Amino acid sequence: MTEDTPYNLQVVRWFAVMTVVWGIVGMAVGVLLAGQLAWPALNFDLPWLSFGRIRPLHTNAVIFAFGGCALMASALYVVQRTCKTPLISSGLAQFVFWGWQTVIVLAAITLPLGLTTTKEYAELEWPIDILIALVWVAFGIVFFGTIAKRTVQHIYVANWFFGALIIGVAILHIFNSLALPVSLTKSYSIYSGSVDAMMQWWYGHNAVGFFLTAGFLGIMYYFVPKQAGRPVYSYRLSIVHFWALIAIYVWAGPHHLHYTSLPDWAQSVGMAMSLVLLAPSWGGMINGIMTLSGAWDKLRTDPILKFLIVSLSFYGMSTFEGPMMSIKTINALSHNTDWTIGHVHSGALGWVAMVSIGAMYHLIPLLFGRKAGDMYSVKLINLHFWMSTLGTVLYIASMWVNGLLQGLMWRATSIDGTLTYSFVESLEASYPGYYVRFIGGAIFLAGMLVMAYNVYRTIRGDSREEAPAPATPLVSSTAAATGGGA
Amino acid sequence: MSSAWSWFVILGTVLSLVGTLAFLLSNRSTSGQETTGHDYDGIQELDNPLPLWWVSMFIVSILFAGGYLIYYPGLGNFSGIGNWSSADQVAREQQAHEDRFAPLYARLAQLDEAELHADRQAQQVGRRLFINNCSTCHGVTGQGAFGFPNLTDDEWIWGKGFDKVKTALQNGRQAAMPGWAAALGDQGIDDVTQHVLQLAGSEHNPEAAARGASQYAMFCVACHGPEGSGNPILGAPNLANDIWLYGGSAEAIAFTLRHGRNGNMPSFARVLDPDQIHILAGYVTSLSLK
Repeated sequence: MTEDTPYNLQVVRWFAVMTVVWGIVGMAVGVLLAGQLAWPALNFDLPWLSFGRIRPLHTNAVIFAFGGCALMASALYVVQRTCKTPLISSGLAQFVFWGWQTVIVLAAITLPLGLTTTKEYAELEWPIDILIALVWVAFGIVFFGTIAKRTVQHIYVANWFFGALIIGVAILHIFNSLALPVSLTKSYSIYSGSVDAMMQWWYGHNAVGFFLTAGFLGIMYYFVPKQAGRPVYSYRLSIVHFWALIAIYVWAGPHHLHYTSLPDWAQSVGMAMSLVLLAPSWGGMINGIMTLSGAWDKLRTDPILKFLIVSLSFYGMSTFEGPMMSIKTINALSHNTDWTIGHVHSGALGWVAMVSIGAMYHLIPLLFGRKAGDMYSVKLINLHFWMSTLGTVLYIASMWVNGLLQGLMWRATSIDGTLTYSFVESLEASYPGYYVRFIGGAIFLAGMLVMAYNVYRTIRGDSREEAPAPATPLVSSTAAATGGGA
Repeated sequence: MSSAWSWFVILGTVLSLVGTLAFLLSNRSTSGQETTGHDYDGIQELDNPLPLWWVSMFIVSILFAGGYLIYYPGLGNFSGIGNWSSADQVAREQQAHEDRFAPLYARLAQLDEAELHADRQAQQVGRRLFINNCSTCHGVTGQGAFGFPNLTDDEWIWGKGFDKVKTALQNGRQAAMPGWAAALGDQGIDDVTQHVLQLAGSEHNPEAAARGASQYAMFCVACHGPEGSGNPILGAPNLANDIWLYGGSAEAIAFTLRHGRNGNMPSFARVLDPDQIHILAGYVTSLSLK
């Protein structure tokens, strides 16, 4: 059985620790940005700290550094345990880790220097893009190679999602990043005009679809049933929503370009497909939440499970909001307002960050030779849970208010057809929301610091005097404690 | 797009939707067993059927998408049975805007300058046009800023009057004062600066001002006149009234002399229609009367 399988957990440990580290870094930059919007002097008149340069640093750090490390830790852990076989190559896995960290550090250097392709979520210049492609292919080889030599007959659903993540992001990254270099630090996209915009949002929206959705559903499909100690609710549902998600997501990008020079047909298809996307997205939420049926009482006592289940609730909410915002008439109001920022963060904080945090709390004790659920302090996990939830709610509620306010002020006209408000007036009216958003973000970040302390004490081998966490009753999760040797 | 690409789009779109629908419908039945019998690291999978409400929602959304793509343009070159296009929508909305507000503007466009000043509605409309279009440079109250003339002080660089303001709005204004560093040299810059201060009636060094007089006569008189009274035809400001567009200190004047100035007001002919320019000019000329 699993006890005898010599899993390779070294790289998983590294990625898990760096998830916490990059989470703090990326979110700290986010809080600084939120601060700059409330108090512009916080850019200190330094070009390296100006909003336009560190905004991509924030998005790259939270998506690819924090999210990427969480995904790689989870994927490389889950693929071994559900295939009952160690990684095919420890060396290649180490290359993935060090290569990915190099990409992150290069991003942290080049973006504040103002070196950018200007393509949103793909700002890194061509030499870094090539490194990303190499690391990603190595990740794919380790992952699919491990699947290929699995000792179980079937491939678990979590691995389908991780596989889709790897293949999808490889295609998106390579095609969107095609560029003509003119120097080591400057290149021009090979696409132009609306074709470039279309490629950019085909990439941009599917970075959401394959990276931030498919990948984290992979995390969900392993850690929710594991933590709940319950079987997955419906195998059938997982098949249908997986393939539907893959088939439909790739069409949705044009909804970022409503009412632009993108041809009408592409805008229509983008909107229609975005609406169809609601059901496949909710399929994942249903499967996760219903996995808990028969074990609802655990939500009272297990803060890790709270993280996982609340993340699914936010996932369901933001995947309802997304299709709604893709409807052209609604988009005409919401586009370019803070509503979009709120929507992104209900997904990013509520879903991606919270499901990752839950998974890391499950994983970290196991990776460092402790029992399942044996973090240094369960009370601190609970504290972190409430800080995350409160921070997320403050963030998205303030941005909803701001977004509606801005959208309505921008379109308000007087009896003579002139605009009722100047842009600056709508900005002035947005300040209360900016303050609340800053507070929400700061609370979320503070929660990450609580996590870092808890993880540090856990890795050191400390335990705190408090009521013990309820252990998950699954037989094999206790076996994980002995699976720590690489 | 070419018809080959059009068919490619149609095929891809339809196959994605129909394929998804067929896949959904073909997975409605389950094995009847409680679980699939798989076991992954202790995780089992129940074989529950798809929730009916979820399947219904899914089917409805696919049917809606199909209907939408038949009514609106979406399937390649097929323009949709609703005959809608975004270009038509813009044209319709612009026409509706025109129909709604034209009568208001038509009435106000008949008023002359004095009537525009007296008419309450003309003042309100003019103020909103001003805030939407002019306040970024000239300030919300028209008080101006560094490099942007004050519109409330009855000093008019390009000439006073309703028609002059209308011309400025219609065509824009491009002022061009060259830099004189090469012609005057450092000493010359200082001397002419003192001379200009003298013309303005400001505190100055009489000896230097006297030295600067001949250079002023050589280089500056053509535009600003012997007494520094300026020339509205060229947009050359009056230097004698102590109103300064770029600052009246010795340092600021020396900087202007050294590097020149190029004030630029854009034309609003493409932004505002003639009626709006008429009303706006009435508002702007009223500012200096208050």
